[in-house]
Formats: sequence, structure tokens, C-alpha cells
Amino acid sequence: MDVIVTDVAIVGAGGAGLRAAIAAAQSDPSLNIALISKVYPMRSHTVAAEGGAAGVIKDNDSLDNHFNDTVTGGDWLSDQDAVEMFVNTAPKELLQMEHWGCPWSREPDGKVAVRPFGGMKIERTWYAADKTGFHMLHTLFQTSIQFPSIKRFDEYYSTELLVEDGRCIGVVAIEMRSGRMVAFHAKSVIIATGGAGRIFPFTTNGAVKTGDGMAMAYRAGVPLKDMEFIQYHPTGLPGTGILITEGSRGEGGILVNKDGYRYLQDYNLGPPDPWPRKKAMELGPRDRLSQAFWHEQQKGRTIKTAYGDVVYLDIRHLGEAKINERLPMVRELASSYIGVDPVYEPIPVRPVVHYTMGGIHTDINAATPMPGLYAAGECACVSINGANRLGSNSLAEILVFGAIAGRNAAAFAKANPLGSPTLAAQATDAAQGRVRELFLRTGGTETISGLRKEMNDAMESGAGIYRTEQTLQDTCRVLADLRARFGKVQLEDRSNVFNTDLLQALELGSMLDVAQAMAHSALLRKESRGSHQRLDFPARDDVTFLQHSLATFGGAAEPAISYADVVITKSKPAERVYGGPAT
Amino acid sequence: MSETITLEVLRYNPETDSEPHFQSFVVPYHEDWVVLDALNHVKDHIDSTLSYRWSCHMAVCGSCGLIINGEPKLGCHAFVRDYRGGVIKIEPLDHFPIERDLVIVMDDFIEKLSSVKPYVIVKEEKPVSEGEYIQTPAQLKVFKQYTQCINCMLCYAACPQYAMNEGFVGPAALALAHRYNMDSRDCGKDERAEVVASNEGIWECTFVGACSEVCPKHVDPAAAIQQTKIAASLDWFKALLLPGGKK
Repeated sequence: MDVIVTDVAIVGAGGAGLRAAIAAAQSDPSLNIALISKVYPMRSHTVAAEGGAAGVIKDNDSLDNHFNDTVTGGDWLSDQDAVEMFVNTAPKELLQMEHWGCPWSREPDGKVAVRPFGGMKIERTWYAADKTGFHMLHTLFQTSIQFPSIKRFDEYYSTELLVEDGRCIGVVAIEMRSGRMVAFHAKSVIIATGGAGRIFPFTTNGAVKTGDGMAMAYRAGVPLKDMEFIQYHPTGLPGTGILITEGSRGEGGILVNKDGYRYLQDYNLGPPDPWPRKKAMELGPRDRLSQAFWHEQQKGRTIKTAYGDVVYLDIRHLGEAKINERLPMVRELASSYIGVDPVYEPIPVRPVVHYTMGGIHTDINAATPMPGLYAAGECACVSINGANRLGSNSLAEILVFGAIAGRNAAAFAKANPLGSPTLAAQATDAAQGRVRELFLRTGGTETISGLRKEMNDAMESGAGIYRTEQTLQDTCRVLADLRARFGKVQLEDRSNVFNTDLLQALELGSMLDVAQAMAHSALLRKESRGSHQRLDFPARDDVTFLQHSLATFGGAAEPAISYADVVITKSKPAERVYGGPAT
Repeated sequence: MSETITLEVLRYNPETDSEPHFQSFVVPYHEDWVVLDALNHVKDHIDSTLSYRWSCHMAVCGSCGLIINGEPKLGCHAFVRDYRGGVIKIEPLDHFPIERDLVIVMDDFIEKLSSVKPYVIVKEEKPVSEGEYIQTPAQLKVFKQYTQCINCMLCYAACPQYAMNEGFVGPAALALAHRYNMDSRDCGKDERAEVVASNEGIWECTFVGACSEVCPKHVDPAAAIQQTKIAASLDWFKALLLPGGKK
């Protein structure tokens, strides 16, 4: 067992992790920063974000507008002190990205351009064509190269946190090319591992998004907050789940059912004209659009395909030139993967699991309840997104809270000594023992792909866009069974070198634990709010549930669910209004 | 029985194999499958020991570069239907050491990418409080194409020069240097020239153009290298002919 001593260890090298690393390096160049990721930075899923990043920059907009849109969009479950800080900081972070070379799309006069996005009153979404996440990730990765104090550990899979008397003192990881286990003995640790969309069968999320960081923190006793809130993006390609950006609706795209009818007008989002119009119709929030699809499907007004029911996203009226300039990737993806050129044909789409609003319980300082442990990005829940994230807030969030996590973890590292090396060594040996048990196990009767499929199916059928007591109880029961059976998983691969059989088993273990937190949190939230819709409790209940849920790991047993107050400062909970009255 | 297709996949486990070898897998044929889907089928249902990299399945993360029937391609962007009735031969990217099965060792590429100083270099830091740099759409267009590289390394696998001389900085890294050199916000061209215009840099390129042919993102690294050569020559002339003329 090898030990690497460092000041700050960061797990995850996507947008949030890279931003954190740069912030930590800039706050004190003498600090050693270990940036640890199971993939090379540019493979992280930030790369797949398309539409843009929200931040107030234009004279016709205001920070209050962004605040109100975000809090309303989140169905008042966002912590308003955090939202206020977020909207104030986002423009500075986006400008910093501009100074670092991010190729933002521009106005004719050379200023940064913005586009409209769902649930946003005014256009404020900065974009780099329709590859914003890709450009942000590469800009951050390339910028990080100039900081010698950032030492990358690419393709190291982190398995667990090192904890001493309730303080985080490091993290254990497997070096994938050798199979050797390494202890990162650190003064502070940041988790920035992204979401957990792969828990569901149909998702925009890449293979890497298996909730590893959430599971690490959860198993170490840090609660997972608001895990019942899972965002379905309304426009994914059937079959693959490939994302078709909300930017296509921001640019004027419309959604129609099998009769060519703009059905969103039937769901409190109309009237359809004039179009385009902000906070209305296709520029409503994602939760409402995905729920509208479900109702259309119930009414038999969707289109049947081999990969499930779809509606059509029509951008033909934008014309070829505008599509090529603003939405080139949409054209390329639809043409390649489903043989539809959106210049000439409407794109079949259906709702697809996209984002976990919930995550590791953090505060406005990106700090978790565990001293020395910070989290940022999709894996964390501050919460600014509440019950439903608005499109383009997450790319801004990874910058704002990534930087905060980096600075605060650096400050913690300067103020505190390393933890006990003896304890770190013992804990690493124990961690190694757990991995070896799985690695060397014989006589196991379960397969990774088999259990994963059962988990995927149980989550889709029981914890999807609409839920009930019965479906959630069924899902909870299946997950308990799967977690027990996970103890009998049998690996086939006994190689130490790049053993993806082992990694997939560990990822499955993470997903099962996180899935259980999702399902139990959903079961106990007997109301409908944002992305969490209960057919048996269709109304929002502010008396009982204007609360964050906190799921605490219960080992082999179920998680314990408790609640914490939402921070309300200047926006009292009210009805969420979109469509006519809102615009 | 429904239609199938055969994959011939290169296998290599450094702990047990002295040489790489091919293994055949018969998988179901699906009209809309990409080669990556076929590999995932093998992993999930036939042989879970098969190792390869992948993540996004939408041709943007750059993980799944492979040699497919002799051509460098992304596994998630090569359609099984294009090989219908034949065999799909799948190998790791050429010109890199094999780590395991279809996984190559990419240390050299990462080092080359870092060596060209791929970040904005300014003479004087402009505070964020002063707002954005003005960059017109025309100024953006000059380098935008070269920002599209997903680091999939297909160009290194195609490059005959990199095959002969592994010191060659190579197509993607040189295109990235050019991307920053052409960015109106950047002043780092001279610093980058140490690597870019070195013996292992642009002058090693013999303009075969294979890099641009295989690039899944139409970055056209060959054009970037040619443009850099012209710019470097002009700088050299200026330095030679005009006293103090080199900027």
C-alpha cells in the first residue's frame, strides 16, 4: 500500500473539480493539490452539457430576476441565501472563463452573446454554440495545466474516505493501470464526482456517472440531501437518450404531439402565441414539460416508436443557416444517431433522466457536516436547485461552488495538520481488504449486468416522472433485495491491470446505495413539488414539506430520513406560474 | 435465429499474455447499434473481462478511439450497419503501447498536449471586474475550428510521422497551440514557439494529411500545422530582415 501525502485532495476532475483545483492553487501556490479522477479530465461528463451557463451580464437583466427565476423554478425548495450568493457570483465566474479563453459565442459587436432558456424571464444564458460544457471543460483543463501545484492522478478510482474522529483525513483509491491501492493522506478533501443518472435505464448521462462520490460521503456518515428530486430532461433522443439541448427551444423550437398540436398549451404553459416567449410553452421549466409529456402519453397523443413513445421537436423554421451556427451539434447528433436531419424533419424526443438535484449535504461554503470534507457540482446539494433545476444553472454552479470549495478546502488545509498516519494506514488496509474480498470472491451467483438491469428497471417503474406509495414501496423492496444480493456478485476478471469488471462492481455498489436514498426519500415525501410528483399526493404541502430531506446511511438496513429547514429570505412560497400570466 | 455479426477483438492481458491475440465474439445485429454498443453487449453478456474506455456515447468525450477494420474511428460513431455481412475487426489505437485489451497508454499524448502551453498567456492580467475581452464573431471564427478537438487521438493513430518518430509533438497538440496562437486574447505565440517550431514540432510534419482525414470533429490539424509553418516563416524573415522586427 502506497501513501501520497498532500494538502488538498480533490476527487473528480470535471468542471467542478478542475475549478476547485485552480482556486486552491491560486489561493496558495505552496499547497500541494492532488486531483484524482477515474477518467482523464476531458472525459468527465461536463463535456456533454450543451446549451449554456446562466449569469446576469446584460443591461436589461438583474440579479433579482435570476434569483426569482431560480427560486420559482425550484418550487421554493432552494436555500435563498445560497441562491443570492450564486446569482451574484455567476457573472464573475463566467467572465473569468472568458479571460481563460472559453470560446463564448459573440454578438456582432464582440460582446458575449446570451440566449433564452427554460423558466428564465430574460435571456441570460452564455453559450458556446451548443457545446458549452465541452468548451468549458477543455478551457478549465487546459488552464489547469499552468499550475505546477496541481498534480493529477488520472484513472484512479476512489473507493472510500479516510475519517479520524469525525474529520476527513484523506481518500483511498485504486490506480487503474496497476490495480494497486493508494492512500491520499490529505488535510482536506473535495468531492466533485458528478451525478448518478446511470441508476436509471434511460439517461443522458455518460457511463461514468455512477454516484461514486455521493456514495463515499454517504457511507462515511454524511447525509444525502433532497435525493428524491431527479430531473427528466424533456428532449432526449429515443433509444440512446442522447441530449437535444434546451437551447433548441431557446432558439425557437417547438414541441408537437402526433396531431401536430403544441400540446404544452393544455398544461398551464400557453397560450402558444406570440412565440418565442419567455417562461411560456416550450420555454417552461423542465419538470413541467416532462410531466406534460406523461399526460399526453396517457391520452394516447404521443407517437409510438420501437424505443418508446415520442413527441416531435421541430426546429425547421429556424432555417439551415441558424441551425448550423447555433445548433450544429443538435444537427450532427440527430443526423448520425437517428437519421433525422432537423433542417428538413422534426426530431423525435422523449423525457430522459438528466440530473440529480439532490446530493451530498453542503452549505453555502461548499462544506459538508464533516470537518475537512467539501463537495461541489452535481454530486453536492447546497441547495440552489431546489425541487427542479433550471437549465443552464448547473454549468454556472460548478464554477461558483467549485471555486468556493477550492478556496475553503485550501484554507482548511492551511489551518489544520494532517490526520494520524497510523490511522490512515490502518483504514487503507481495511479498505484494501474490502476490495480484495470482492476481487477474490468465488462461488458468487450474481452478475453485475443482471443486478444493474434490475435496479434500472425498478427505478424507472417506481421512481419515475410520476410516483405513488405503491410504486415506491415496490422499488424500495427490490433495492433492499438487490443490495443483499450484491454481496454475492461474482467477478470474472482477476487481472490487476485496468480491471473494469472490478470497477463496474464498485460502481454498482455505489449506485445501489444512492438509489436507496432516492427511493426512501421519495417514499416519505407525501406531496408533489417540482420534479417529485406523487399521484397520491398531487398538491404541494408547505406546512409539512417545505423541508430538505436528509438521508443517513443505515449500513445493511434502510436509510434514516430526517428533515432540515429551507432558508427563506426574500421570496415567500407562492404558486409557480408559467405561460400567459407569467409573461 | 435472428441476424448476428462477428467481432474480432484484440485481447491482451500483460499479466498473462506474451503477445496480443484476437478473440471472436458473435453478437446480435442491430441496425442502429454502434460498435461501442456491440462491445458493451460482449461486456455485459459474454465476457466481462473485456477492457475498453468509453463514457458519453455521443462522440464528445473522446474516450473510445479504436482501430475498426483498419481505420481510426470512435467506437460510438462507427455504425455496425456499415459492416453488415462482414466481420468487424477491433483493435486499440495504433502507435501507442497497449495497456490492456483495447486500452492504450496515453501518457505521451497528455505530455505533448501539456507541452504546448495550451492556455491564454497575457502580457498583463486584466481584472475580471473590467469585463470581457471584446472578440468579434470574425475573430472567433479564426480559431473556433481548432477548439473542437476532443482529444480522441485518432490523428496520432493515423499519423505516419508519429509512427516513425514518437518525439513528434503531433497533430492534436500542434492544432491546440495554433488555436491559442490565433485567439485575439492571447499573447503567448513566442513562448509556444519553443515547442511548436522546434525540431519535433511543425517542421516534422510532411503534410500527408491523414490526421485531418480521420478527425471526427473536422478540426483539420493539417491545416493548423501548415498555417503555423507560414506564420513561423514570416516571423523568421521579420527577425532576419528587420532590426528589432520580431515582435
